[in-house]
Amino acid sequence: MEKFTTLQSTAIPLDIENIDTDQIIPARFLKATDKQGFGENAFRDWRFDKSGNINKEFALNNPKYSGSILVSGNNFGCGSSREHAAWALTGYGFKVVISSFFADIFKGNALNNGLLPLQVSKAFLKELFSLIKTHPETKLIVDLKAQTLTIKNTDLKTHFDIDPYKKTCMINGYDDIDYLLSKKEAIKAFEMAR
Amino acid sequence: MGKTLFDKVWDAHVVDSIENGPQVLYIDKHLIHEVTSPQAFNELEERNIPIFRPNQIVATADHNTPTQNQHLPVKDALSRNQLKQLANNCKKNNITLYGLGHKYNGIVHVMAPELGITQPGMTMVCGDSHTSTHGAFGAIAFGIGTSQVAQVFASQCLLLSKPKSLRVTVNGSLKPGVLPKDVILYIISKIGTNAGTGYFCEYAGNVFENMSMEGRMTVCNMSIEMGARGGMIAPDDTTFAYIKNREFAPKGNDFENKVAYWKTLPTDTDAVFDKEYEFDATDIEPMVTYGTNPGMGIKINAPIPNISDASFEKSLKYMDFKKGDYMLDKAINYVFIGSCTNSRIEDFRVAAKYIKGKQKAPNVTAWLVPGSKQVETQIENEGLKTIFENAGFELRQPGCSACLAMNDDKIPEGEYCVSTSNRNFEGRQGQGARTILASPLVAAATAVEGKIVDITKTFNLEKELI
Repeated sequence: MEKFTTLQSTAIPLDIENIDTDQIIPARFLKATDKQGFGENAFRDWRFDKSGNINKEFALNNPKYSGSILVSGNNFGCGSSREHAAWALTGYGFKVVISSFFADIFKGNALNNGLLPLQVSKAFLKELFSLIKTHPETKLIVDLKAQTLTIKNTDLKTHFDIDPYKKTCMINGYDDIDYLLSKKEAIKAFEMAR
Repeated sequence: MGKTLFDKVWDAHVVDSIENGPQVLYIDKHLIHEVTSPQAFNELEERNIPIFRPNQIVATADHNTPTQNQHLPVKDALSRNQLKQLANNCKKNNITLYGLGHKYNGIVHVMAPELGITQPGMTMVCGDSHTSTHGAFGAIAFGIGTSQVAQVFASQCLLLSKPKSLRVTVNGSLKPGVLPKDVILYIISKIGTNAGTGYFCEYAGNVFENMSMEGRMTVCNMSIEMGARGGMIAPDDTTFAYIKNREFAPKGNDFENKVAYWKTLPTDTDAVFDKEYEFDATDIEPMVTYGTNPGMGIKINAPIPNISDASFEKSLKYMDFKKGDYMLDKAINYVFIGSCTNSRIEDFRVAAKYIKGKQKAPNVTAWLVPGSKQVETQIENEGLKTIFENAGFELRQPGCSACLAMNDDKIPEGEYCVSTSNRNFEGRQGQGARTILASPLVAAATAVEGKIVDITKTFNLEKELI
């Protein structure tokens, strides 16, 4: 897993609530047996129509917006457990997703792939959307160590929560398998005692 | 303070705890299928890590298997490759696989309970969010991502922070024609799609106590649709009777000893939940969804609500419905009875009771897809196949089918499908498809009438159904 410490980037506003993982990566693209290539199909049915024409209305296709931060509406990542959604977002180039609420499995999948799910208050999110939409050049600064999200050249700043263990993993690029393997003897002892 | 059912099962599986961090939770059963396992197998192979406990893993082929001509090679090359990789990976690692054509093959959440693999007090995981289904037996069962599939492969454990507890209580008598699917669609419509996020849910009250195991599985299956990682129902005599004598259930004295343990699992009377909801069964009617998430459900004879919100309006635009519209009398061209929510024998029995002696409307394509080979056999043995075929329904072979459209069973763009599956997301049943979630009874009635009808009015439910 890639290490994550700080990031400065513009952001793409995807002002829609309850974005499910079927939208992030439709089921027909789940037939691959490796983790490559999902980025090109991220939000496929929102980015393109059925004939493959670009949907100009969609935020990701709007040339005004760019960057490795996705700002999304409440309850992002609900639905299917498919980790392919996290692979699609990282494959597309996102390193951070900001929302006021993340579905549990998606949140875990994101953290396991070095994609930071950054939860902010509904009020902060609303301000963020309005700012990015009017000033797409706005830079956001994510500092994982300090657990802060700062909007450059403004007074806007917020603290975000993250599980301390997951924070350590992201900063150091560790994954859970390394930790679990270090616990093998305890696991065997647990099995014996049952 | 007393413990909840969830506390009791969770606490019995904690191997270790990280200070201010997650716990190491031991997993009893790991279910796998072709879609979310290949990358996990690859990862272990790349890192040269062996599968730690292959005999606690059970594999099936379900998500992209065809529902016709299963004896022939799978036509779609990518699906065929995924199924082949699953078979190779299982063989290489000594993992039991119920592949296509095997008498135990079926949707992972249908075949594991019917084989007695699912038991109370267990921890169970699968790379599939509807693993919550198995909570119907009083197990902690939840969906995981592929990285976690790899973790369980490597260690039979997961690193997890203990979720908060939620209880949904429904007491009272359900009206005739109100099925378990209606109960869960009603609950989600009331509390919303993220009310359960961060929580594990227990369903309590006499409505669930009186429910069959099939019904309880339908309810627990959709726990993820309100955001909960899983749902649970306390094991009781109904649970024990269901498990007894199944293929992998404990036998003889072992079974009695297990039952004695399982009886200690229900939530203590003085246990406290972090969040509680209570509903009255008499308020529940047959339900349908009108939008693009499972929380957008209404009573079948109610109008679509008037909500001013961009996401809500986007959803109605996709469905081509208007605020204030009624779902009744909407013409429907596709009906799908299947998926891990409603493809068990009970679902086909209730559909057959309605359909018997009637004919499918000519404008409707109706797919009936059993959840497993065993359900398929039951359908034949109980004479339901004849009822369905005489009525013009198409009985297919087991699999996930048109629930998520990974195989050929896709609903065409713009068409409406009344579906017993669990998700009405945009494009879920095929690009541009419009899904209306409902019970198997409402789905059967829709297929016969060619439109959505109020079954409580068109059908003498008490006389004809019970």
